[in-house]
Amino acid sequence: MSLRLAYSAVSGRGCVKISVVCLLRPLLLDVIPSVRQTVALALGRLADHDVEMAEAVVKAGILPQLICLLPEENRYYKKTAAFVLRAIAKHSPQLAQAVVQCGALEMLVVCLEDFDPGVKEGASWTFGYIARHNAELSQAVVDAGAVPLLVLCIQEPEIALKRIAASTLSDISKHSPELAQTVVDAGAIAHLAQMITNPDAKLKRQVLSALSQIAKHSVDLAELVVEAEIFPVVLTCLKDSDEYVKKNGATLIREIAKHTPELSQFIVNSGGVAALIDCIGSCRGTVRLPGIMTLGYVAAHSENLSMAVIVSKGISPLSACLIEEHEDHIKAAAAWALGQIGRHTAEHARHVATANVLPTLLDIFVDTRSSEDLKMKTKKALKNILQKCTYLPALEPLLHDAPPNIMKHVIGQFSKVLPHDSKARRLFVTTGGLKKVQEIKAEPGSLLQEYINTINNCYPEEIVRYYSPGYSEILLERVENYQPVL
Amino acid sequence: MAALARLQEKLQRLQEEYFLTYRAIDEERKTKYKAAVRIQRWFRACRVRAYLRHLSKMAILIQKWWRGYLRRKYFREIVERAYFIKKLEFYNEMAVRIQKMWRGYYVRKYIHNFSALKRYLEAVSLNNEFVRSELQEYAEMKENEEKMKDLEKKEEEEKYQARKMHYLLSTAQIPGIYNSPLRKSPDPMELLLRKSKPLTHRKQKMGSSLADELYCWPTCEKPPAFVTTLPLLPAPRQKPQGPFRDPGEVLRQRYKPLEPTLRVRESMNSPPAKAREATGREEWRSPIHDNKFLPFSSYHKNAEKYEPSICNSGKYGREAYGTKYFREVNPKKWIADKKNHLESECSAVSSHENQPE
Repeated sequence: MSLRLAYSAVSGRGCVKISVVCLLRPLLLDVIPSVRQTVALALGRLADHDVEMAEAVVKAGILPQLICLLPEENRYYKKTAAFVLRAIAKHSPQLAQAVVQCGALEMLVVCLEDFDPGVKEGASWTFGYIARHNAELSQAVVDAGAVPLLVLCIQEPEIALKRIAASTLSDISKHSPELAQTVVDAGAIAHLAQMITNPDAKLKRQVLSALSQIAKHSVDLAELVVEAEIFPVVLTCLKDSDEYVKKNGATLIREIAKHTPELSQFIVNSGGVAALIDCIGSCRGTVRLPGIMTLGYVAAHSENLSMAVIVSKGISPLSACLIEEHEDHIKAAAAWALGQIGRHTAEHARHVATANVLPTLLDIFVDTRSSEDLKMKTKKALKNILQKCTYLPALEPLLHDAPPNIMKHVIGQFSKVLPHDSKARRLFVTTGGLKKVQEIKAEPGSLLQEYINTINNCYPEEIVRYYSPGYSEILLERVENYQPVL
Repeated sequence: MAALARLQEKLQRLQEEYFLTYRAIDEERKTKYKAAVRIQRWFRACRVRAYLRHLSKMAILIQKWWRGYLRRKYFREIVERAYFIKKLEFYNEMAVRIQKMWRGYYVRKYIHNFSALKRYLEAVSLNNEFVRSELQEYAEMKENEEKMKDLEKKEEEEKYQARKMHYLLSTAQIPGIYNSPLRKSPDPMELLLRKSKPLTHRKQKMGSSLADELYCWPTCEKPPAFVTTLPLLPAPRQKPQGPFRDPGEVLRQRYKPLEPTLRVRESMNSPPAKAREATGREEWRSPIHDNKFLPFSSYHKNAEKYEPSICNSGKYGREAYGTKYFREVNPKKWIADKKNHLESECSAVSSHENQPE
């Protein structure tokens, strides 16, 4: 009868509330082990389904009873108990805290020391869910002594256990540098680095995510990760058929590249930039985002690195991203990366400008549907590139449709180049640029007016007058007022 | 006396002469005196003037020589200084030239080494090409592997289907479905059916093998590593004719275990030593427990007791350091003491991004 009740509760879906929990509670202390196990499974499924059920389970005080005699139970019970704990802990930090408070962590460590891989998997999964929420819970997991056992779990032959252990290590180390350092001290990096070459895609996802969470906190940790000789093996992950493996691989490279120029230099030297560019070109959507950010970080460090990115044909995928992508944050990242590439010297700005990027950036900036963040990033990128750009054919289209704050920079660049180059002056006149400049209204004394004056001083006065607006009226007036000499 | 008389005659004349001369002299005395004074005055003045002239000439001479001497001395100093300045300027110019050349060289070679930058960028692009081609090869290899796997799977399935439908094979009397008499040659399915062995009812054996698997998995027995026993040959129906050796003998020779020399044996990195090392993981898995880990047996209930791992147990039970705490405890920071986070509202904060599967 108890079994039947338990089975019915297992199949029930959330319509029964606390009463069920109270009914099940005395069955937990039943003599027959399979009853206990089924009850635990029922509780786990109930808690898994719904937050309120999980809270009810915790409120009913079942957890201490569940885990009190755990070391002496068989492995199926241990697995089910771990399932219950993680079903409760996954919903919110408070529930996870309740789980920790009732002393579950020590029992789970006992489970981790078990020989059965299934039990270990359940225990490490639970640790993962607990550690995911915040830093204190992660610290509690570390204090329970889970990390060395997890590192041992990673070395086990079962793939599922490796996956879960890797994901737990990733969740632990993502909160703070000290936690990451604890994970590193347990010797995790070497084993994680070995598993990058494993053919299983989901395992690779978790391993790459764990390494990137470790590397993101500080330069020393990033250097430790690099010293584990992940390059150039990581580049093969960027060619994997699984999208998320590519994304996590790109994330790992991004976390390493963003710290210092030396690390970025190392990545460039090992051909990482080329692999990233191919990866960006072949993916679509959010998967591209870490790759784009990596290129931005690498180019931001120094002009030589930026030139290396340009030489590896980095600009065309980024401009393709700007045009094709629909999401604002990816476009913003691409705009930022292009700004970082083009801001160093005139040479860099010329490369960016010849790729026909500037009109696209301008369109995005002017577009009313773009979010504030996107507009700001595009504006900054435009400003940075324009301040160094001396390639006039690329600046021409901008003259015609730019808003005033961009126009200021464009005209400024023209005023810098035109006084010295006669061919450019000729081109400027023939393409209608001078006409456009005359039509711009600027307050006298402002920077824009100074630039316009500089440009006007490059030309003889008749030309300037010829192109000023309303010149044809002035001429016609003179015709009217002219007295013919008889 | 004559002389005297003459003299007395003369005397008269003499007296007259004397008187006349003296009168003349007296009359001219003043004018002569004045003239004499004048002449003397003039002469003395000349003398004085000559003396003064002489004096001034001497003074001029002395001053001339003295001033010349002073100026020449000063001039020598000026010349020395000017020369020194000229030398300095010359040296400065030369130093500027040297520094200019050196700084230009240094900056061009070490700081803004354009040629090195160019070479570096070329090397980077070469390396990129190389990496790209390698990755392309890798991707192609992976694709091929996938395709091969798919193909193999399909083949396996077809073979299994053929084995199941073995009864559709055509006999000598009745042609089967796939061997229509109107066809020129039999269907490929027919050929497959001919090749395949019929699938026998092996339900019991299949069941037992499953149980066997279940049995083996928790006990974590050795995964098959290398051939420990000699493979059994099927019993020969007919001994092959000819000068062949006994197959058992041949096999024994072929699979004779390696007996390395002491020198080879002692090496840590030699393959037998490494192969022996492969058992390390097993030893971790089954260190002290000789008891097999059997599911659902009464053995389990009676004899199975939890034994904590050695590294964590101390003389008086489990050691707290290393398990209960790794660091200094800070009771004030514990949130566990704070009451009842559950009784306040629990908003289900979904915080999982990548679901581990």
